[in-house]
Amino acid sequence: MSIKSPKDFWTGLIYVAFGLSAILIARDYGLGTAFKMGPAYFPALLGGLLGLVGMISIARSFLKPGTPIGRFALKGLLLVVGSTLVFGVIVRGAGLVIAIPVLVMISAYASIHFRWLPSLALGIGLAIFCILVFLKGLGVPLPVLGPWFGG
Amino acid sequence: MELIANLGLGLSTAITPLNLLYCLGGVFLGTLIGVLPGLGPTATIAMLLPITFVLPPVSALIMLAGIYYGSQYGGSTTSILVNLPGEAASVVTTLDGYQMARKGRAGVALATAAIGSFFAGTVATLLLALFAPPLAEVALKFGPADYFSLMVLGLVASIVLAQGSLLHAIGMVLLGLLLGLVGTDVMSGAQRFTFEIPELADGIGFVVVAMGMFGLAEIIRNLEEEGERSVVIAKITNLMPTKEDWKRIIGPILRGTLIGSAVGILPGSGSILGAFAAYSIEKKISKNSAEFGKGAIEGVAAPESANNAGAQTSFIPMLTLGIPSNPVMALMIGAMIIQGIQPGPSVIKEQPALFWGIIVSMWIGNLFLIILNLPLIGLWVRLIMVPYQLLYPAILVFCSIGVFSLNNREFDIYLMGLFGLLGYVFSKLGCEPAPMLLAFILGPLMEKYLRRAMLISRGDPMVFITRPISATLLLLAVLAMCAVLIPAFHKTRQEALRE
Repeated sequence: MSIKSPKDFWTGLIYVAFGLSAILIARDYGLGTAFKMGPAYFPALLGGLLGLVGMISIARSFLKPGTPIGRFALKGLLLVVGSTLVFGVIVRGAGLVIAIPVLVMISAYASIHFRWLPSLALGIGLAIFCILVFLKGLGVPLPVLGPWFGG
Repeated sequence: MELIANLGLGLSTAITPLNLLYCLGGVFLGTLIGVLPGLGPTATIAMLLPITFVLPPVSALIMLAGIYYGSQYGGSTTSILVNLPGEAASVVTTLDGYQMARKGRAGVALATAAIGSFFAGTVATLLLALFAPPLAEVALKFGPADYFSLMVLGLVASIVLAQGSLLHAIGMVLLGLLLGLVGTDVMSGAQRFTFEIPELADGIGFVVVAMGMFGLAEIIRNLEEEGERSVVIAKITNLMPTKEDWKRIIGPILRGTLIGSAVGILPGSGSILGAFAAYSIEKKISKNSAEFGKGAIEGVAAPESANNAGAQTSFIPMLTLGIPSNPVMALMIGAMIIQGIQPGPSVIKEQPALFWGIIVSMWIGNLFLIILNLPLIGLWVRLIMVPYQLLYPAILVFCSIGVFSLNNREFDIYLMGLFGLLGYVFSKLGCEPAPMLLAFILGPLMEKYLRRAMLISRGDPMVFITRPISATLLLLAVLAMCAVLIPAFHKTRQEALRE
């Protein structure tokens, strides 16, 4: 037997994984009865249904042909998600004046049209704009220059 | 006349200089993001939500509403001039709008879109004013079982209207409901799915999910297609439609407005489906149907009227029932809660200035839009030229700072990244994120009403079919599900929702 529809197969697998973990984790919460539902009742119900949908999807993937999954744009995925994570890690320590250009440079590198100078200029411009709007204007408690750089 | 007195109250609220300014700001921003391909209203409103915390509630909602319907206007500009839908609801407009532009009639196409949108916006706003109050009266009689069934109907509708596999859409809804339950259970105080992470005790913020799945995932997807993007902008010459054009667009605008208004109320659809429906109906009944796809002016007038009408009427379930019909409305509800207003049928009675102020501001906003869009078209054209490689890093910066500022913690940024990853994987697998986000918002509410209904009925599930309102709503949900399984409808759905 071979997988005829990879989209159905992988989606189904994700659903089963989420559904089963929901049931397993919710076990400890107390099911209650239909009259007095405990905290686990609704999640267990949803988890069961999700697992069922997932299993049907997996079963269908062996029977009905489907379109293949397109190639994953790993570079874009890593750089875009990675840039926000890096921003989160360094923003308090380094301050916005560093963290924003870093976020811009990392994420902009994902583009096939990436060029150093325009991206750097954008990073600096955005840093100034955000410091004025978010820090001075809205009072978001983030440093302009963080303790790592003596701020 | 009570309606006139109410509209008078709304006018006096909407016309204060501050609110006029926020209305103008909202529609300006809306047009901007509508024009820019790759930036939609969901991500923008999510980004701007923290900024609205410092505003008075009426101004905040007037501005957010303006962004939403403004984006429907702006989207048409990009569709017509560069054959790229600036906004999802404008996909249909590319078919004939761009062809008109290629024939040197870009100006007329833009004017038609603007006129149709303005007319539709005016009518739909009036419908909202007429029908929202009586609907809210009915909603006051809703019991927990009725609310539960209403949400079931909403989710079923969002499943039926989602692109791609029906089974996967059902899964997305269930997953969304589950994710919505993360955090402290209000009834028992138990911590659910928190993995002993203190930041998860209050649950996952919907702004975090929206920015991840609509903002980040969208950017990654756009980067994939970057090489295929080529921007050639059609020249704009004459704006005014001829006498012959006027004759041809009146019918499509009227029909588009009606279809768009009706479909817009349906949960889960927003404005996209209305535009598709209006276009296919015009194509069937028009005597110029051979011209469709080759630059028929009807093919611009109908969908543009429909999407704008739908954008306005999708406020009806949000304002009368407190139930969002699409992710944008869910964000609006979030904005109301943060402002200390409990969304629901009592909003109209308890906050008349807010409700009527928003309605009147919508009409004023539509007036602003026609002024912004026609004379200022040159400005928007230049904006389309902004290269995407400069646009998306800026979106990421605003998302990151915006999401941080919700609770002033880095954790939400990491969570946004995680949902970006999840959103991208699901889009690769052909699963649409909109039903999931809707379910995510409704999850805790559904559980609350389910528990209450069962408590009242002493554990008897029959309560959902013995109460007439609930039974009707569930019946509608079942009918909607069955309709999809009928082969003929199934085929139409596939065609209508295909991009």
